[in-house]
Parts: sequence; structure tokens; C-alpha cells
Amino acid sequence: MIEARDLTKDYGDKRAVDGLTFDVRPGIVTGFLGPNGSGKSTTMRLILGLDRPTKGHVTVNGKPYRDHAAPLHEVGALLEARSVHTGRSARNHLLALAQTHGISRKRVDELIDHVGLHDVSRKRAGKFSLGMGQRLGIATALLGDPHTVMLDEPVNGLDPEGIQWIRTLLKGLASEGRTVFVSSHLMSEMALTADHLIVIGRGRLIADASVTDFLAGASKPLVHVRSPQGEELREALQGPDVTVAVVEPGLFEVTGLTAAQVGEAAAAHGITLHELSPHQASLEEAFMDLTRGELEFAAS
Amino acid sequence: MSAIAAPIASRRERVTQLRVILSEWTKLRSVRSTSWSLFAATVLTIGFPILASAVISAHWGHRSPGERAHFNPIDPALVGSQIAQLAIGVLGVLVMSAEYSTGMIRASFTAVPKRLPVLWGKALVFSAVTFVLMLPAVLIAFFASQSILSRHHANLSFSDPHVARAVIGAALYLTVIALFSLGIGSIIRNTAGGIAAFAAILFVIPPLMNVLPSSWNSAASRYLPSNAGRAILQVTRDSSSLSPWVGFAVFCGYAAAALAVAAILLVRRDT
Repeated sequence: MIEARDLTKDYGDKRAVDGLTFDVRPGIVTGFLGPNGSGKSTTMRLILGLDRPTKGHVTVNGKPYRDHAAPLHEVGALLEARSVHTGRSARNHLLALAQTHGISRKRVDELIDHVGLHDVSRKRAGKFSLGMGQRLGIATALLGDPHTVMLDEPVNGLDPEGIQWIRTLLKGLASEGRTVFVSSHLMSEMALTADHLIVIGRGRLIADASVTDFLAGASKPLVHVRSPQGEELREALQGPDVTVAVVEPGLFEVTGLTAAQVGEAAAAHGITLHELSPHQASLEEAFMDLTRGELEFAAS
Repeated sequence: MSAIAAPIASRRERVTQLRVILSEWTKLRSVRSTSWSLFAATVLTIGFPILASAVISAHWGHRSPGERAHFNPIDPALVGSQIAQLAIGVLGVLVMSAEYSTGMIRASFTAVPKRLPVLWGKALVFSAVTFVLMLPAVLIAFFASQSILSRHHANLSFSDPHVARAVIGAALYLTVIALFSLGIGSIIRNTAGGIAAFAAILFVIPPLMNVLPSSWNSAASRYLPSNAGRAILQVTRDSSSLSPWVGFAVFCGYAAAALAVAAILLVRRDT
């Protein structure tokens, strides 16, 4: 469980995070979305106490991160920027972190196998590819078998097999009842893994909703109808909150009614339909709609 | 590769200073810069005195009686430690600055969010390693150089007055150099800047004191870190320097101040 309240961070004159209030709940995957530079990484650093908030506060499992006696068992984190000494082997990197909590060498070796770094565990981490670096980061995050897992852009640099592995891993961690908080600037990635979304732009909260609600709320469902009897159709569909727009001669875009309702109305009035197709706005479109204003503001 | 995180086998233990010390030991021994710097420091500490004594011994016959009278056999014995301090100092800066340059510091502070145990752990491990390596090195340097000089009966014995203090003092001096440079590395957080600051304080500022009026210079110079610290290496008391243990205490004060400033900044600054 992560609880942020009015979390604000300034760097000089620039406000990187602006009054964020949100909860990240256990048992589900929560996606943390926003365009690049919107404050996701800063928020994660504030959660881990690496940076101090200018205003507001954030707790993890009921306490500020710093106050936990065994923080690696509370939160496992993968931060976007590499956090590994390039001259140290993967194994020694994990071992040094494990030793701070009295975690066994056996656990370190298990994790190295688990993330698929067995063959390179004694190589210097500086020689790792981006994908291997991400795997080492995941191993670091899982070291303490934490209640909360927080990953910043975990699929960056991974091959398709690795991406698939991350998705399965995240869902598995959530199904074990852990809190899973994953950032991404890619809506499509979140559509496949997240149950809940927290969307920010320019450091401010834009949306905090389940993926289903987010889609429903971001834009109304549309129905495309193709019919040679346009005028009759328009009259048959009339009602409060219903709009019928002409996309091109013979093709209409209906909002405020489901495809089933349109089809039933047409049948009742004996209207011929050539096409009837519901259009759910994609998560990507919904995200773009939501953040467009923020991006334009940022670009001006 | 299974999908679910391997379940934890061990019990959930808390972070303790002792565990952080063990972690810092793993960190120190697992990077190449450590072995290279400490190897260089050991070779310099032992090699230079042997080389210097051999040269002195070879030219002994050409020395005037006056030169022979002024010759102090402790000087070649401890000359290596004066050069080794650069290797120790560079490593001391790196121990902290490399964590920042590589981003490792974020992992370190995520594991130990109270942060100070990391600084104390580094200080303890690095100073202990330095002392454990440098004590035998200065002893070897002393006995090797004196045995070369003994050909001309120009040597000192370990049991001569102040000799043991000066030789062991050289190892203590290098240990405090380790702590001082670690403090500087932690304050400056950047490798190049940290090494520059360390070198400036130890090697650049002392000669610059000569531009001061001589009365000020002689009063102030002895309190500079390097001059105060080196008082412990002297067998015969130089009137311009502090007494050995007072000088060493002043030098320890500088290292403690550097670590104190480092500790305050470490807790306050963003990472």
C-alpha cells in the first residue's frame, strides 16, 4: 500500500510533482502513466525517500519509507536510471544489498537463476546489455521478497520474450496479494498488464481510475451506422443525450446509444442497415485525449 | 525461469550497522579500483624507501661529513608513505564518488534509507583495510631501508627513541588520510572534483603559504592538514611543526570535520 498526500517537489523554479494525492492498493497492478518528463520517476524517488518532498508526504505500508527497519522487505524498487556500480559483478551487487538485511547468499543465487542471469552473474554489470541490466534491476527489486514492488519503466530495453516475462511476473506478484506499482509512458503496455491507472501530466494528477472506468470515462462509446435511409434513422434514434453525426454520405456516428439499441430502433422502424459497429476508444486514444492539453501546455 | 518470484527462504531481518559494515566490505573488495589502488599504495610504501636507501647507500662515499651529519635515516624509510597517500586518497574519494557516478547510491540508500550507516560502514571498512595493509608495509619499508643503510652504520634501530612512534605513525597517518578523503568524496560527490579538492588541500595549499608574511606563514602552516599530520612521522623535533601527538590530533580533527560535514549533507541532500 502506497499513500501519497499532496505530494509536491520543486527543483529550483521547476515544479516536478504538483500536489499528487493517490493510493496504490495491494492485490492489483497499478499503472503509473504519463508522458516522458511528467514526474513519474520523481514521484518514485519521493516514495523511496531518495528525494525529500517540498510539501506533502508519502507513506509505504503505513510508514514513511525511511522509518522501516527492514525496507527491502517492504518495497522492492527498480528505478529507471541504472543503479548499479558498473565495475561490480551482478552477484556481488546483489550480495552487498542482501547483506544489509541479512538475506542469505542462497537467496541471491536463486534470484540470479530466476531472472535468467546465471551465465553472466560474475561479469561486470557495466558490460551488460540494457535488457540484462533490467533483469538485474528486477532481481534487486525482488531481493527482499517485498510486500510492495515498484518498477519504473520495466519493459524498456527488453526483448519480446522479456516483455512477456515481465507481464506474467507483475500479474503473478499482484495475485499473491502484493502491491504492484509500474510506471510507463506507453499506454498500450499498461492496457495489457494494469488493473488500475494513475495518470499524471506535468506533475499533476489527471486520472485515478480502474482501466474499465478510465476507458468509459475518457470518451463516450461510439457506434458507426451505415444506412441508405439516413433521415429516417436520425428520427428513429432521437432522444436526450443522443447525437447523430454524418461522417460521410451514408455513414453516421452515433453517441449516447449502444450498438444493440441502435439496431433495435432500426428494426422497429423498418430501416435497412448496411453496417453497425461499436467503437470503443482505445486506451491509447483515451490517454492521448487526457494528456493532450498537458502536452500542449508543456510545449508552449 | 518461473513466473512468480521465488518465495523467500530466510526470516525477515532488520538493517543493522554490523550488516551494513559487511555489505560495505563486499562492495569494497568487489571492484577493481580497490585492488589497484591498494596494490599501488603498498608497492610505493615499500618500494620507494628501498630505492631511496639504495641510492643513498651507493653515493654515501661522495657525501660530505656535514651532509652525513644532517642525514636522518627515518626520511628514506617513510618517503614511500608520502607518495602512497595519493593512492589512498584517490581510492577514498572513489569509494563514495563512484556510487554517485554509477547510480549505485540509489540502490544503497534504498537498502539503507537512514543513510548514515552507509557512511560509517565505509569509513570503518576502508580505514581498517588501510591500516591493516599499511602497517606491515611501513614496517617492511623501515627494516628493509635500515638494513641497506646499516652498511654505512647510518641506520636507526626500531628501539631508538621515537622511531616506533614514527613508523607506526606513518600507518596511522595513511589511515586518517583514508578517512579524510572519504569525507571529501562524500561532500563533493564527483570523482574529478573530489580528487582535485583532496590534492589541493594536501599538496597545493602548503607551498602557497609561502606568499604569506613569514611570521604568519610559520604560525599558520603547522596547522595545515598535511603538516599537522606529518608531525607524527618525525623522529627529531622540527621547531616549525607541532609536537607529534598534538599534530596528529589536529589532523584527526580535520578528518572528523570532513566526515561530520559529509554526514550532515548526506542526510539532507536529494540523491
